[in-house]
Amino acid sequence: MRQTSGSALTGSRGSRIIGSASPGGSRAIAVATISTLVVVGLLATAVVNSPGWDDVKQAFFDPEVFSESFPDIADAFLLNVRIFLVAEVFILVFALVIALMRGLQGPVFFPFRALATIYSDFFRGIPTILLVYILGFGVTTLQLPGVPISPLFWGTVSLILVYSAYVSEVYRAGIDSVHPSQEAAARSLGLGRFAALRYVVLPQAVRRVIPPLLNDFIGLQKDTALVALLGVVEAFRQSQIDSAGSFNYTPYICTAILFLAITVPLTRFTDWLIARDRRRQLAGGMR
Amino acid sequence: MRAAFFGLALTILALGLAATATGGPSTATAVPGCAKGSLNLLEEGKLSLATDNPAFPPWWGGAAKKPWEVSNPASGKGYESAVAYAVAKQLGFSKGQVTWSAVPFNNSYRPGKKPFDFYMAQVSYLPERAKNVSFSNSYYFVNQAVVANADTPISRVTTVAGLRPYKLGAQVGTTSYNYIQNVIRPTQSAAVYDSNNDAISALNAGQIDGIVVDLPTAFFVVAVQLDNGTIVGKLPQRGPREQFGMVFQKGNPLVKCVNRALNRLWTNGTIKGLQKKYLAQAGAPDLR
Repeated sequence: MRQTSGSALTGSRGSRIIGSASPGGSRAIAVATISTLVVVGLLATAVVNSPGWDDVKQAFFDPEVFSESFPDIADAFLLNVRIFLVAEVFILVFALVIALMRGLQGPVFFPFRALATIYSDFFRGIPTILLVYILGFGVTTLQLPGVPISPLFWGTVSLILVYSAYVSEVYRAGIDSVHPSQEAAARSLGLGRFAALRYVVLPQAVRRVIPPLLNDFIGLQKDTALVALLGVVEAFRQSQIDSAGSFNYTPYICTAILFLAITVPLTRFTDWLIARDRRRQLAGGMR
Repeated sequence: MRAAFFGLALTILALGLAATATGGPSTATAVPGCAKGSLNLLEEGKLSLATDNPAFPPWWGGAAKKPWEVSNPASGKGYESAVAYAVAKQLGFSKGQVTWSAVPFNNSYRPGKKPFDFYMAQVSYLPERAKNVSFSNSYYFVNQAVVANADTPISRVTTVAGLRPYKLGAQVGTTSYNYIQNVIRPTQSAAVYDSNNDAISALNAGQIDGIVVDLPTAFFVVAVQLDNGTIVGKLPQRGPREQFGMVFQKGNPLVKCVNRALNRLWTNGTIKGLQKKYLAQAGAPDLR
């Protein structure tokens, strides 16, 4: 039964922004274009003709302030990129360890399960901003020998701790979603418990949770701004500084653009990755 | 009958007093061209003022009350509060006709109609800022200062150049930060905090060596917020004198009348007196 092409099939199940050439073809595209133009046009007219538009335009979209502050902010944004790249590596590993600890079976492992549960409950429960303060100003004030006092270090550690808790739950959901028969089959082929997990369960689990993992990754990228609380000048702080210097909010728009420039392509890329994956899986099953 | 007559006499007396109180002397002292009824106000007959919460001494005083933390702007105590009421009096407002609301500094310059007639929170005049809001004339000429923990190496510095190797911090959006960047130009990048309290936490955590704040705040920080703090020194002015101004909606004609009132308060010595009362502290060495 192959009356539709592969891409249309995945398009209907994956995320879908622009309908691919399904029934209707060019007519569908024309309708979509016209409807988009009408909606965007109406919204734009409403905004531009609102009584406060001139004020807003001056406060948020001042080209002079923009070109003046953009280089500074782009420079500071590199620090955000460094923070979330480093943090993400630790989070992916650390969260997997926690998820696996939570999945351990048998009474011997109760303390590990309990620890993992308490961990994810605790770090998902407390506001990130609070943890940044407690670690960044509290732990460092103890002046413990050998413990770093760098705010950048503690800010990043806070993000790793909080996001590992979220991501471990994502992993766990993925692992739980793999049907037990998969593990049973693997074991019956002679794989040990660890090997079954490593070669059969985890590959399927991780593949399924890529979209929510990416969700958390994007959240992490934006939360790097919290490190600024500890005095670190990253993109958001730099835009705050520029904004207060000129009493103009345009610098915040610079920061927003920089974040979007990273997150949007990343989202599209993952969409593509998922679509490709599904296409491959289905291609095998549909023939 | 006697009582009624007595009551009538009292009423006449009261009316007479009221007339002298509102009409007589106050029109004589009111700022010319700035009759209360002609002012451009948010709410007629009221002077709606705002500052940040918490409002810290020595700029604000009195016991903390209702929404206000640390102090109470309506107390008339503390330098900025006292200046605000002195200006209000010049414009013919009684103490009860002045209202206060809490507006965070970052919201004081947001676009659109401002929820206050003017805003005071040690806001320094900067030409770039004046493109987006209107400032009154100066009500205080300010110096920056460096605060640190006593017995640390930075506490023995005596020159501005001597501060360069140290890690300094300041509150975001302040001219203190600008001073670090433009005048001190330290070798390590400055740390920037949401509030002076956060900067103090970082100082105590050993993450920074010193904090730059305005001088009157430096005295408060050392006296109240640090256990073992010291003022390393007062920083010299570079370029135009730094001044605090009240913040108005851009183009609000009320600025003119407030400026006239401020001029009077400068010339008749009121401002000098209030500075002596609230801000006169000694004991800060000059950094050269």
